[in-house]
Amino acid sequence: MWNVENISRRQFLKSTGATTALVLGAQLVPHPLNSLMRSVKAALASVQPNLFVRIDADGAVTLTCARSEMGQGVRTGIPMILADELEADWSRVKIWQAPGDDTKFDPAGKDGQNTDGSRSTRHSFGVMRELGAAGRYVLEQAAARKWGVDAGEVYARNHRIHHSPTGRSFDFGEVIDVAADIKVPSGEGTAGLKLKDPSEWKYIGKDMPMVDNYDMSTGGASYGADISLPGMKIAVVARAPVFRGKVKSFDATESLKIEGVEQVVEIPTLADDKPAEFRALGGVAVIGSNTWSVIEGRKKLKIDWDPGPNAAHDSSSYDDKLRDSARKGGTVIRKRGDVDTAFASAAKVVEAEYFVPYFIHTPMEPPAAIVDASARPIKVWAAVQSPNETRQYVAEALGIERSEVDCQVTLLGGGFGRKSKPDFVCEAAILSKKVGAPVRVQWTREDEIKNGYYHTASAQYLKAGLDSSGKVTAWHHCGAWPSILGLWNPAQKNGFDIEFGLGLIDLPYDKVPNIRIENGEADVMIRVGWYRAVNNIQHAFAMNCFANELAAAAGRDPVEFLLELIGEAEVMDLTKDGIEEVWNYGDPVEKWPIMPKRLSNALRVVAKKSGYGKKLPKGHGLDLACHRSFHSYVATAVHVVVQDDGTVRVPQVDVAIDCGRYVNPEGIRKQIEGAAIYGNTIARHGKITTTKGAVDQNNFHDYPITRMSDAPLDVRVHVVEDYVNLPPCGVGEPGVPPYAPALINAIYDATGKRIRKLPIGDQLSAA
Amino acid sequence: MISLKINGVRRQFNGDPNMPLLWYVRDELGLTGTKFGCGMALCGACTVHLDGKAVRGCVTPVSAAHGKGVTTIEGLDPKGNHPVQRAWRAHNVPQCGYCQSGQIMQAAALLAENPDPSDQQIIGVMAGNICRCGTYQRIFAAVRAAAQEV
Repeated sequence: MWNVENISRRQFLKSTGATTALVLGAQLVPHPLNSLMRSVKAALASVQPNLFVRIDADGAVTLTCARSEMGQGVRTGIPMILADELEADWSRVKIWQAPGDDTKFDPAGKDGQNTDGSRSTRHSFGVMRELGAAGRYVLEQAAARKWGVDAGEVYARNHRIHHSPTGRSFDFGEVIDVAADIKVPSGEGTAGLKLKDPSEWKYIGKDMPMVDNYDMSTGGASYGADISLPGMKIAVVARAPVFRGKVKSFDATESLKIEGVEQVVEIPTLADDKPAEFRALGGVAVIGSNTWSVIEGRKKLKIDWDPGPNAAHDSSSYDDKLRDSARKGGTVIRKRGDVDTAFASAAKVVEAEYFVPYFIHTPMEPPAAIVDASARPIKVWAAVQSPNETRQYVAEALGIERSEVDCQVTLLGGGFGRKSKPDFVCEAAILSKKVGAPVRVQWTREDEIKNGYYHTASAQYLKAGLDSSGKVTAWHHCGAWPSILGLWNPAQKNGFDIEFGLGLIDLPYDKVPNIRIENGEADVMIRVGWYRAVNNIQHAFAMNCFANELAAAAGRDPVEFLLELIGEAEVMDLTKDGIEEVWNYGDPVEKWPIMPKRLSNALRVVAKKSGYGKKLPKGHGLDLACHRSFHSYVATAVHVVVQDDGTVRVPQVDVAIDCGRYVNPEGIRKQIEGAAIYGNTIARHGKITTTKGAVDQNNFHDYPITRMSDAPLDVRVHVVEDYVNLPPCGVGEPGVPPYAPALINAIYDATGKRIRKLPIGDQLSAA
Repeated sequence: MISLKINGVRRQFNGDPNMPLLWYVRDELGLTGTKFGCGMALCGACTVHLDGKAVRGCVTPVSAAHGKGVTTIEGLDPKGNHPVQRAWRAHNVPQCGYCQSGQIMQAAALLAENPDPSDQQIIGVMAGNICRCGTYQRIFAAVRAAAQEV
């Protein structure tokens, strides 16, 4: 249990080590704890019941957000929970972004502040309520003491404390002198805190605009490259075109002639026995006084590369190996009944193969970080999802302890999983130490596309048996993909429990009597990393499209057919299929079980809302897909128009999302609208290929992203209320996986053409 | 020596005349609202106004602005209340926000030139600006709404 003790006068002032770090961190960002220190010494001007709530003498409330904002609205959502339980007036609330310090700012104790896995709300909801309620408790007790009345007669409402019998009231700011001495129930004693009844919530569950809207619409918002330090140098790095390639030799003569270029230094390549993890790749850094000069300087470098062990990584042959592996089969990861016997007696057997290529994240902000390695502690400002892993890898790069690294988190100009890997921060740290000055490392778009962490490429082979009535009697599914685990074990051949848990092992077609799911081998020859929704993308694609093919083979309505496959069970128990422990997004299945009835429910909601089944003109199609991921149940209906020349237009998308208890429905709508567009890029454009180990794509001309001209502009989001009393689930990622299969199924509805390979690209016009 | 006005302030620049406006305003002037996205005029994150017209700062050399006026997001409106900016907030457009300076500058230039654009004209112009978070639906609605006000 998180300790919510009032720290205003006691333990916080004593913990000088932490205070020093935080005060240093306040040089650029006004730090409430820092000003608290000063104020306590002068006259008590504020009270801090815990690290997440501070109230100033003027009544201003500062709430802490200890998660990284990358557009998912976390700097709005988390403080909404705190403010609600605190009974604060939102118009008097400011947000303070916490630095990386998991000993202080991971109150749920679950993920070390790693903003990843669509988990901020579901992991923080309970503890944020407690921390807000602890603040309210302190204020109520203080007011009662000032009035000399029983605390039971006192209540907080909208930034004031009221005394019911007399009608007297205080503003929050008027009681802080006494509040500083109130002891907050802590540890097991949080039972002393009274949480609001959901019927009393005034922010949770209501629409709230983003707190950063003004800054973001005026150029005032600060991202990874937006901070400047005195004497700071700018660096860009030339990295090996092939993963684990090495610098044989380089000549910087011409680079150094460019005005503004000051130094060219080598960053050592990863040692052969060091896994890539989140370490700097190595390369040749051009360092100077401004970004333009170093970009130009890098163009003039002459580098002789040793391509290293991955030069044979060629999409033209590698993709076929994945296909062969998926067909061949591999490790059985889920088994129900006996598919082979069922195939032998099936009236019809259908098989299909699905392929999804590598993708790259392309957040609009390419990676950028600033490190001052001469400061103590080392100072980092970076657009990172995972500030504590950043500290860890920076410490390793510099040969110091993690506690000697301070990491301030800027806004992230998009993350999508890329910025949970702090390799780029390590580069800045190494360079800052080398040149003895603060260094900002700036990645260009080409760097981001050619030297990234790629969404895994995958081949999936599916085979199903149907009986004479069109019921599915057997489902075989084998996927092969290079594993994320390759970052830690370069020899990794198979996937692992997390990748299996991302929508494969939990195949939701619970009513199929015989199931066999396998994982085939694949070599890892590039940095594979997580990407918004991760392996759910290909799994949802294959399952939903294959189910649609089976419905056609059985002559059935696809949605009725899907509902029949999923069924209405309360819980799908995977232990019955020989799975002792399923990886359930890092969470207990008791709290977040796999619930087929919720998936079916979402599917029915979206079928109704989208007008599924209505008669459409020629060239139009409307079809659905559904998927559970990050504990949420999402069903997507895409209405598509395919012209004779193969041009695709998406006039309307409907999405039903059941994410249990939710905080900000406006935030959900935005995430789902964006997920449809993210999914549209996956479905239609995204494709990274390699030749002789090097990534072929360069920038947005050959790695196109959905633009307004091909985007769905009418995405209608339906937040399902039926299970709102169940725990919160993820929102940032779950909207992505069902979009591509819904679009592909709709294209089949419109044209009768099956697409089994992403992206769609020109497959419709070529046919 | 290049002379130009940035957000109404007269400036002189002695450096490399080929330096793109993007890096000039960011690195030399500290106006960081203008963003780097691609460096090839493919994404629009660096959009600024050159004598009122939208240009991509990443491929426009400082020399092209000699004797001209450049407006960045910081100079669009003294209080950040240009009709486009207000519409952006009213429609709760931003997610990560990184591309939004460029989107807003592009939309403001569009509406200055054509106060009553058709839907297809909005899409045609705004398609030059990429938003990876996928805020297009709200951008589209905000541009339409701002068009009612300019």
